Amino acid sequence: MSNTLNGAGGLTSVPALLHRNATQFGSAPAYREKEFGIWQSWTWSQTNDEIEALALGLLDLGVAEGDFIAVIGRNRPYLYWSMMAAQMVGAVPVPLYQDASAEEMAYTMSHCGARFVIAGDQEQVDKVMEIQGELTEFEAMIYLDPRGLRKYDSAKLTQYSAVQEAGRSKRAALEPEMKARIAKLNYDSTCVMLYTSGTTGKPKGVVLSNRNVIETAKSSSEFDDLRQTDDILAYLPMAWVGDFIFSVGQALWCGFCTNCPESADTMHTDLREIGPTYYFAPPRVFENQLTNVMIRMEDASPMKKRLFDYFMGVARKVGPSILDGNPVNLIDRIKYQLGEFAIYGPLKNTLGFSRVRVGYTAGEAIGPEIFDFYRSLGINLKQLYGQTEATVFITAQPDGEVRSDTVGVTCPGVELKIAENGEVFYRSPGVFVEYYKNAESTADTKDAEGWVATGDAGFIEESSGHLRIIDRAKDVGQTGNGHMFAPKYVENKLKFFPNILETVVFGNGKPYCTAFVNIDLTAVGNWAERNNIAYASYQELAGHPEVLSTIQSHVEEVNASVAQDAMLSDCQVHRFVVLHKQLDADDGELTRTQKVRRRIIEEKFSDIINAMYDGSDTISTTTEVTYEDGRKGAISATLDIRDAAVQTVGAKIAAQ
Amino acid sequence: MLDQADGYMTADGRQIGPVVMEMKNITLRFGGVEAIKNISFDIREGEVRAIIGPNGAGKSSMLNVISGFYVPQDGQVLYKGVQRPQMRPYQVAQQGIARTFQNIALFEGMSVLDNVMTGRLTHMKTGMFSQALWKGRAEKEETANREVAERIIDFLEIQAIRKTPVARLPYGLKKRVELARALAAEPSLLLLDEPMAGMNVEEKEDMSRFILSMNDEFGTTIALIEHDMGVVMDLSDRVVVMDYGKKIGDGTPDEVRNNQAVIDAYLGVAHDE
Repeated sequence: MSNTLNGAGGLTSVPALLHRNATQFGSAPAYREKEFGIWQSWTWSQTNDEIEALALGLLDLGVAEGDFIAVIGRNRPYLYWSMMAAQMVGAVPVPLYQDASAEEMAYTMSHCGARFVIAGDQEQVDKVMEIQGELTEFEAMIYLDPRGLRKYDSAKLTQYSAVQEAGRSKRAALEPEMKARIAKLNYDSTCVMLYTSGTTGKPKGVVLSNRNVIETAKSSSEFDDLRQTDDILAYLPMAWVGDFIFSVGQALWCGFCTNCPESADTMHTDLREIGPTYYFAPPRVFENQLTNVMIRMEDASPMKKRLFDYFMGVARKVGPSILDGNPVNLIDRIKYQLGEFAIYGPLKNTLGFSRVRVGYTAGEAIGPEIFDFYRSLGINLKQLYGQTEATVFITAQPDGEVRSDTVGVTCPGVELKIAENGEVFYRSPGVFVEYYKNAESTADTKDAEGWVATGDAGFIEESSGHLRIIDRAKDVGQTGNGHMFAPKYVENKLKFFPNILETVVFGNGKPYCTAFVNIDLTAVGNWAERNNIAYASYQELAGHPEVLSTIQSHVEEVNASVAQDAMLSDCQVHRFVVLHKQLDADDGELTRTQKVRRRIIEEKFSDIINAMYDGSDTISTTTEVTYEDGRKGAISATLDIRDAAVQTVGAKIAAQ
Repeated sequence: MLDQADGYMTADGRQIGPVVMEMKNITLRFGGVEAIKNISFDIREGEVRAIIGPNGAGKSSMLNVISGFYVPQDGQVLYKGVQRPQMRPYQVAQQGIARTFQNIALFEGMSVLDNVMTGRLTHMKTGMFSQALWKGRAEKEETANREVAERIIDFLEIQAIRKTPVARLPYGLKKRVELARALAAEPSLLLLDEPMAGMNVEEKEDMSRFILSMNDEFGTTIALIEHDMGVVMDLSDRVVVMDYGKKIGDGTPDEVRNNQAVIDAYLGVAHDE
């Protein structure tokens, strides 16, 4: 391997790292998967053998250098090995989303011109079969789980184990070619190509080089002190850049063990059994787990419930400080220790978080109370900010500096700059090579000096040096007073209240900010039931004076919190309306992924918006609605417009 | 109609083997009621054989005759070419016949895994004493049986409820667990009594998929009773139609569908447009 000696100590490619691990940590577990009720495990040297056998088999099938090999299926060691085997023969692995429809797969696979496919099971094989007519370059498919596939025409199909078998038996003949191809790999060879989810337009193929992946894995592993003995659970889609970095990049760099669940349904059981030390989940996973805990505590015996409530109170008070290593008085420490014994320990065990040393959440804003719940239990949950184009890491929170409203400081090697309009730009060794076959988009996103636009607006908090993301850059505007207007920032704060399901804040170019609010029928309905308030419809409950007062108090709380922020203090909500109908994707007000469509809402409810700015106290309106069966109807209502108290921030603004 | 040849080829290319079970002129009476009147048909190796008919046609009685639970007053039951003597249910199980029930009959307090393991009972040879000690042969035997059970759990995709007590499961999953238990016996003939009763469309699709892949993967011969005509026509290789205890049709789904007696009795009389 002497001819690859450059970069990170000669470790400039995935095969090189694999070789190092097989030599250095040969008998340490590299991959585990639960199958037939038992955790099967493979050491690094076994893993190396498996991958080499597959790589030789791929050579036997005729894989050429630079070929694209699509990999589709749930998280399984065999599919991670497929990606590494592809790299060993100089091909480029392209993991695809397993739940993608056949048409979506047709687009990505024909875009990259994949010659080979490695599919997990019959479901994926069927999808490829369905679209193979459109795939001109497609030649052969390798499948993992033979169930249901025995009757398939075998001309293009080969079983994974058969490919490995062929590779093993022809080892002598094929090995020199494999070695030669490995030797050709360097820091600038393509490591992987990942398709972005394509929320705006067609998916784009992000090409990441070995440099991107290995440099990022190296610096992020050092940042969080990841160790060879760590364990992670690989359960997020393999096509997502995060999973690639955690389960391939960092796993190879550190030599830690990647654990694959038995099936998607058993993820929580498997999580508990493995007890990962390094864990990632999007906010909704944490939210669901918290809700489950709370529901089960409601059903617990009164004694247990009292214990839980008492110790959770203690945890909320001192837990985060203890985690951050701040001074805490002795009595509280003793109480916390008791709580750890009686409540937190068993609870963490049930959740599968007993051993978590580093936990991350990212992707969207996480509710502060959810975040604090986990941190108060002593789970080191942190936030990071990243994207596929950056090979994940842009910023992350260092231990001891964790807050729910920032996304941390720049990761090692990353430079950050904030443009005039607030858009965040970064430059790092992880910056992607290009969008495959799309020079135009590449040039739009990445400038000549390597700065990449994130599309998000944010700012660096002066007191802590942490980055705070406030909104998508295109939604950020200016209020009538010339201050920054970032609707999502305020909306997120409002939505953290369980009573508020959805909200839209207006104020771009307006003298002050106003808001639409949708109540959460479950939470508010529950409250109405407990307080003997009868209601016949969503509309009636939404117009109830007590409900309006509750929402008003929430809005005022948010105003107080927004006022703390010098830059965004002008985004306080002066007036608001609780809408008479729920914003609905059927009416075009939300996208199918439940994101608000501002322009359409502004048009549709322009009468209400005008009323909020002309000083009226009520507004009568009629709105067209679409029922689920496609029929149209109209609902009319007279809505109260409420004024919310705002904090004066003149002093702070003057001081700037 | 099929003759007594050694088998036939199905439309989707599966080779169906020789006759496994043959019913010859079966008549079953309960006091003065004739539940089954002089019925003959056979079940061949590797096929999916359905028995259909309106309520009270005698389908369940027929299944109970096949399973050996009822002994017919007249006629012969030949299993693998040999006339079957009167047997206890466990002897039937030892012969390689397993079944599921219309009204689920699982051990409610036991976990799914334990329920599936009970299906392995006929394959356990060691005595109670050595099993209690769990040493040597007994331990090996349990491990081997557990592996079979786990493969079936994997096959039917019930890993997530492996340790859950059956009583806590919804109806559709209980049905699946029952199927798992029957399958665990590695039967040469599997009898399913209304496997889709009370299920929603999605659960029916799942169940159909499992029945087909069971037949495909393990080559299990399956005889099933079912109400849902759509399901029966899609799943089965051959169908017996019963009405008031009599056989009114027998053949492939297409033959049965076009049989006038069947249309009149069961599917309704066709009207001219």
